[in-house]
Amino acid sequence: MTALTSTSDNNSFAIEARNVHLHYGSFRAVKDVNLQIKARKITAIIGPSGCGKSTVLRAFNRMNDFVPSFKMEGEILFHGKNIYDPDVDPVQIRQMIGMVFQKPNPFPKSIYENIAWGARVNGFKGNMDDLVEESLQKAALWEEVKDNLKKNALTLSGGQQQRLCIARTIAVRPEIILMDEPCSALDPIATLKIEELMRDLSSSYTIIIVTHNMQQAARASDYTAFFTMEEDRAGVMVEYDITSHLFVNPKKKQTEDYISGRYG
Amino acid sequence: MKNNFNFSPASGLEVLKRRHRIGAIWKSIFFLATAVGILALIVLVSTIVNQSFGYVAVESKVDPATLSEKPLESLEAEELREILQANLSKLLLRRAEKQKLLEDRGKEDLYNLLMDQVVDYKIVKSWSLSASLFQKDRILAEKAQRYPNAKLEFKAWLNPGFLERTMSSRPELAGVRTALKGSLLLIFTTIISALPVGIGAAIYLEEYAHKDHWYNRAIQTNIENLAGVPSIVYGILGLAIFVRTLGAFTSGAAFGIPAETGRTILSAGLTMGLLILPIIIINAQEAIRAVPISLRQAAFGLGATRWQVIWSHVLPQAMPGILTGTILAISRAIGETAPLILVGASTFITSDPTGLFSSFTALPIQIFNWTTRPQDTFRNIAGAAIIVLMVALLSLNAFAIIIRNRYKKKTI
Repeated sequence: MTALTSTSDNNSFAIEARNVHLHYGSFRAVKDVNLQIKARKITAIIGPSGCGKSTVLRAFNRMNDFVPSFKMEGEILFHGKNIYDPDVDPVQIRQMIGMVFQKPNPFPKSIYENIAWGARVNGFKGNMDDLVEESLQKAALWEEVKDNLKKNALTLSGGQQQRLCIARTIAVRPEIILMDEPCSALDPIATLKIEELMRDLSSSYTIIIVTHNMQQAARASDYTAFFTMEEDRAGVMVEYDITSHLFVNPKKKQTEDYISGRYG
Repeated sequence: MKNNFNFSPASGLEVLKRRHRIGAIWKSIFFLATAVGILALIVLVSTIVNQSFGYVAVESKVDPATLSEKPLESLEAEELREILQANLSKLLLRRAEKQKLLEDRGKEDLYNLLMDQVVDYKIVKSWSLSASLFQKDRILAEKAQRYPNAKLEFKAWLNPGFLERTMSSRPELAGVRTALKGSLLLIFTTIISALPVGIGAAIYLEEYAHKDHWYNRAIQTNIENLAGVPSIVYGILGLAIFVRTLGAFTSGAAFGIPAETGRTILSAGLTMGLLILPIIIINAQEAIRAVPISLRQAAFGLGATRWQVIWSHVLPQAMPGILTGTILAISRAIGETAPLILVGASTFITSDPTGLFSSFTALPIQIFNWTTRPQDTFRNIAGAAIIVLMVALLSLNAFAIIIRNRYKKKTI
C-alpha cells in the first residue's frame, strides 16, 4: 500500500490503463484499452450507447467489483501500482478516486450529514463544520444552502443535488473524480453550472467524465477519448487526443463520422 | 390491401364504450371481492361479540346480600375469612383447610372459595346478545318455565374481573390473567429471539452471500419453503430440541433454578421464534433489496466499507419494511396454538408465569380448551377471551406501526 500513498511521482499521469480488457461473464464489454489520464486535467470519454465507456470509468475505482460476473485483464496503474493487485484494498481506492453518478443520489439525510458522513467513515478527525463549509464552497453550493444545512438534501433541486454529490466527493479528499454522465438528468442551466465547477476543480483534481453530449466534451474537457463498439459489441477506444485536435482534426474516419453526427 | 384497423369516429366511439364497459365490469368484480372480505370479518366479529354478552340465569344457594352488606368482590381478606368460617359446614371447612389453611389463602382465593362453597353461584343458562336484545319475552318465558328459582341478569362476560381472575373449572369464576400474561411473555421471548437472528440472516443473504453459489441459492430456497411448513411440525421440533434435548437449559436447571421440566415459556418462545424466523427473514430481505442501488453506490464511492454502508444507509432505509414483516410475524405467532400444545402449554394453571422458566398457558390454548368443554357457558368466556386476544394483537401491532412511522419520518 505504500506505493499508493506516495505523492512524489514524476509521472504526470494520474492514472493509466494498460491493455485493459473488461468482461461480464462470457461477454467481453471492452477490449484492449490503453489510456493515460493526465493529472489535473479534464478528460472526457465519449461514444455511442453501449460502447463500454461507463464500464471503463467504473474500472478506475473498482466500482465494477459489485457485479459478480465482472472480470478484468490488464492493469490500471495508480501511483505506479496496479489497483487490481490482490494486496490493494478497493475501499482505499474509492476514497482516493471518488465518483459522481448519472442521477444525483444524495443520502436521504441533511445537507450537512451528506458531506460529513463520507469524511467520518474515512476517519476524519478535524473540524467537521469547517470541512462542510469548505467542501460546499468548492462545489459552488455554499451560498445557496448555508442557512439550511439541517434541511433534507432531497429537498434541493436536481442541479443542487448533483453539486452536493460533488461536494460530498471532495470532502473525502480524493485525487481523481470520476463523473458518469453527471449532467444527463439536469437542465441546461444546471449543466452549465456543473461545467463551470469542473473547470474550477480541475486546478486541484484530475477529472474523468463520461458524457453522451459531444458539445459538453468539446466545451468542458482538455482531452477526449472516443470509444465505439465493434461488430461483437465489444467496446474499443478509437482515438484519444487533446480535445481541440480530436474535434477539429480527427485522425480516424470513425471519429469523424461520430462527431459530425453521422451515427450514434 | 384492405385495412381492418378502422379509426373512423363512429365505430371508434363504439369500441371506446366497450372498453369502458369492460373496465367497469372488472371494477365491480374487485369491489365485490373486497366486500366479501369485509362481510366475513363483520360476521366473525359479531359472532364473537354475540357470545360475549347477554342474559344469564343465575341460581345460588345463598343470596350474597345476606352474607354481607357490601358487595362480596370489594371485601378484604379478613372479612371474607370471617364469612367463610361462619357459613361453611365443619366438614367442608376441614376439607378446604386440608388443601390450604384459610390464614394462608389470599383475598382472591378466599373469594373463589366463598363463591364456590357457600354462595354456590351457578349460571344455569346463558343467552346470546342477539337473543337478549330482540327476544327478551322468549327468554323470560323460558326462564320462568325451566329455572323458576333463578335470577335473570345481563352479563358482560368480558369485564375487568375476567382479565384479573385466573383459571377455574367454573366458567363464571374463570379469567384470562394467567393466559394473557403467558401470551405476552411468550411473544416477547419470540421477538427477542427471532428478530436479531432474522435481520442478521437477511443482511448476510442480501449483502454478503454470492447468489452465484449453489449453496446460497439452496439456503434461499429452503428458507422460502420453511415459511410454508405447518406449525405443528415446528411444535414437534421444539419438543424434541428445546423441551427434551436442551431441557437442562430451558427448564432453568442449568442456571440453578429449581424447575421440573423443559415445558417452559423459554421453550415455547424459542419454538415460536423458529416458526416466524422465515417470515422475518423473507420480509427483511425484501426490505433490504428495496433500498435503491444508487444509495449503496454513493456510499461505496466515498470509500465506505460494506459494513458502514449497511449500518448507515441500508438498515435505516430498510427498517420500516423490516418492521412491517415483524408485524406479520407477531400476528402469526400470537394466534398459534398447535406448537404450544406440543411443547407443553398447560391447559389448567392458576399461578401467573413468573419468568422465562415458568410453566405457562397462552390465550389460544385457553380458548381452545374452553371451546372443547361441554357446558354452554364456557363458550361465552371463550368468546370473551377471543376479544382479549384480538385486542392484545392489535395493540402489539399498533406499537410496531408507531415505531415504523417514526422511522419513516426520520429517514425521508
